[in-house]
Amino acid sequence: MAKRIDVSDLHIYYGNFLAVENVNVSIEPRSITALIGPSGCGKSTFLRSLNRMHEVIPGARVEGKVVMDGVDLYGSDVDPVDVRRQIGMVFQRPNPFPTMSIYENVAAGLRLNAKRMKKSDLDDLVERSLKGANLWTEVKDRLDRPGAGLSGGQQQRLCIARAIAVEPDVLLMDEPCSALDPISTLAIEDLMTELKERFTIVIVTHNMQQAARVSEQTGFFNLNGVGQPGRLIEFNPTEKIFSNPDQKATEDYISGRFG
Amino acid sequence: MSSTRTTPPSPAGTRRSVRRPGDRVFAGTAKGAGILILVILAGVAAFLVVEAVPALTAPAEDIPGESGLASYVAPLVFGTLLAAVIALLVATPLAVAIALFIGYYAPRRMAQGLGYLVDLLAAIPSIVYGFWGIFWLAPKLVPFYEWLERNLGFIPLFAGPASTTGRTMLTAGLVLAVMILPIVSAISREVFLQVPSLHREAALALGATRWEMIRMAVLPYGRSGVIGGAMLGLGRALGETMAVAIVLSVSGGITFNLISSGNPSTIAANIALEFPESSGIDINTLIASGLALFVITLAVNMLARAIVNRRADFSGAN
Ligand SMILES: Nc1ncnc2c1ncn2[C@@H]1O[C@H](COP(=O)(O)OP(=O)(O)OP(=O)(O)O)[C@@H](O)[C@H]1O
Ligand SMILES: [Mg+2]
Repeated sequence: MAKRIDVSDLHIYYGNFLAVENVNVSIEPRSITALIGPSGCGKSTFLRSLNRMHEVIPGARVEGKVVMDGVDLYGSDVDPVDVRRQIGMVFQRPNPFPTMSIYENVAAGLRLNAKRMKKSDLDDLVERSLKGANLWTEVKDRLDRPGAGLSGGQQQRLCIARAIAVEPDVLLMDEPCSALDPISTLAIEDLMTELKERFTIVIVTHNMQQAARVSEQTGFFNLNGVGQPGRLIEFNPTEKIFSNPDQKATEDYISGRFG
Repeated sequence: MSSTRTTPPSPAGTRRSVRRPGDRVFAGTAKGAGILILVILAGVAAFLVVEAVPALTAPAEDIPGESGLASYVAPLVFGTLLAAVIALLVATPLAVAIALFIGYYAPRRMAQGLGYLVDLLAAIPSIVYGFWGIFWLAPKLVPFYEWLERNLGFIPLFAGPASTTGRTMLTAGLVLAVMILPIVSAISREVFLQVPSLHREAALALGATRWEMIRMAVLPYGRSGVIGGAMLGLGRALGETMAVAIVLSVSGGITFNLISSGNPSTIAANIALEFPESSGIDINTLIASGLALFVITLAVNMLARAIVNRRADFSGAN
């Protein structure tokens, strides 16, 4: 189930542009790791390199190692499709498939695994995933309606349901609450706390309180200037980051004295 | 859309909301253009109806073939639909495949070249397709038709006897397919490229292979666009004149036999071939067949709209 990820000497490029430089970090299983930092410092880029979504962009590539339970995800014999089946992702903007119903959206990943599933099993799994994402009661009467007809927060929870339905080992979330109201945000934070029993969670957030509330570990990314690569400045237990960080830059950033 | 709403609904027309001059000019132009299209369409329809009336009311023996308008037009309608349907069935899957290849499989440089090439097909005049069909394609297809007759002759479509010239309904349909390929694939390509990367990435992040991503995110999203493109292609195939007139060997009436030399003509090709030697009521008859083509085209377009709108909720257009 939940797995540990070790990143070593990771450089991430868009074409010739080095976007993120030299990341070394260990992400603990069954915990929430938060990534914070100013806009453009490479948090999303780093997150996407963990499940090989980075290379989907033309010209994008990485150097270095991402090892999950002893397997280098960038090894030459590793299929990115398998990596993404193990490491799920929730995007910053809710992106349910517009042509699919709510039910079909949740079942989408399950159908990919090409296992023939009994309808009743599938129903159960969809229900369980929607309950897991705290969305079941709101949509149980309209599972056949389009997923795009939900509110923004509901859509985001639908995307979470879709991601957890395939039981990944790791769940990556890129600012999952940035478009949500405080109530939906709290709902998703509660959800994350529940989910970390089963998954390794990495979340990017601009919300310091959120990082402080939900995460065990926090990584602070920063960049020296425009056109410079982003770097992981500090990675420590969240309590330490928010009370007594090692780096001056971290302290400046979280206390709002940034820039 | 004919329902161009130009003014916001104002309560009982007493108060008008503030409108900028620019908005008003634009609304006026748009409205004008919309009305103009309707006027032209109505004009064409009125012309067809008025000119067709003598044929509609004439006694049966005055119509060419001497057995009435209906039995004159029916084979033509049938031939028109058959040729167009063959073209559509062949061209649409091919066009979608080309569009997917260009958009998602081919290396960038090659994709561009291929795109130009396909677009170029659209610029070739139809008479050239006609010559290509009769001098190149038709003879090449003769052995194939003989093979079909021998091996699949039990299917009525291929009952034969196989034409020795290759100028069959199937050949005409294939030439039409090549002609409508560019428009269908160009439109498919555009709609496929417009699939937001957000949705493609959603599929990939779930662990979809490229083909699964296409099935999950690209095809459903592009579905209504592809149907629209196919309908434009169908419109062209229904109305195509020269290529069919040259390629198709016409004799005989309604038949599903695609590979023999006895084929019904199509409306447009028949008009082109018969018109120079026609006068009086014969011309009215030809125009009546043109009216039939007009109605068919209209019906096809409405059908396409209905298909596209049936699942409008799921179109992703919100
Ligand atoms: N598709 C892309 N092509 C080229 N450069 C990119 C691309 N996406 C991001 N970048 C660059 O990579 C750097 C890091 O971007 P990234 O999106 O990872 O930042 P971020 O930390 O997630 O910012 P934010 O908090 O605003 O989301 C930026 O300089 C950005 O301009
Ligand atoms: Mg980002």
